[in-house]
Amino acid sequence: MRFLVYLAAGAAGGLLGGMGMGGGTVLIPILTVLCGVPQHMAQSVNLFSFLPMALFSLRIHAKNGLLDARGTPWMIVPASALSVLFGILVQEVAPAVLRTCFGVFLCALAVYQVFGALRAAPAQKKQAKSN
Amino acid sequence: MKGKERAKLAAAGCAVGAVNGIFGGGGGMIVVPLLAGTAKKPPLVAHATAILVILPVCLASAAVYLAGGWFDAELFIAVSLGMLAGGAAGAKLLNAISPKAATVAFAAVMFAAGIRMIF
Repeated sequence: MRFLVYLAAGAAGGLLGGMGMGGGTVLIPILTVLCGVPQHMAQSVNLFSFLPMALFSLRIHAKNGLLDARGTPWMIVPASALSVLFGILVQEVAPAVLRTCFGVFLCALAVYQVFGALRAAPAQKKQAKSN
Repeated sequence: MKGKERAKLAAAGCAVGAVNGIFGGGGGMIVVPLLAGTAKKPPLVAHATAILVILPVCLASAAVYLAGGWFDAELFIAVSLGMLAGGAAGAKLLNAISPKAATVAFAAVMFAAGIRMIF
């Protein structure tokens, strides 16, 4: 039973992620709010379940010639180092505090996404006209 | 690529790493607009390459969470299988809906979930 609930949670997260919305950020509230998974555990499973999915997508993208790694080491190296550092720090944070912070992060991302979508829409229209 | 652009990417990389370490995800959403803007990659290439950027970052933070004792094999297997199936369905569904309406509706759900987590 537990397995089926988590399977459904993963499917819901994957469905929204596959539509290019939020990716893993939706899986975490599904697991914590709806399934009662502890905050740190939900974050961990999000990171781990991303790995096979990412490898699978990268193979397809590589075949379609959509990968362009120029300049990316400039992001990857500092990002990896800081993710380890902050990952270690966050292990000591109380689950309730981390959950509240995650809620704020989620609201900020939602606002950011709406502005992005509204800004992109007129640009697309303009492009359609000039074509 | 000029020095200024490299510095911009490195600074953004720091933000991506911090977010990914603290929240266990969400870094990819910052990477896509940066690859499109600063690194001047076309949208599809920016989306695909963002996965390449975020994969080693997630691997690094996943190792930290594992060392911290946060790993549940049953949860991992169930969620991963669900995600693969849901992801394939979502990619197909993407062609059937209006992206703008979907994004706004989705953002509203995310906002509601965020509020629920704060209180």
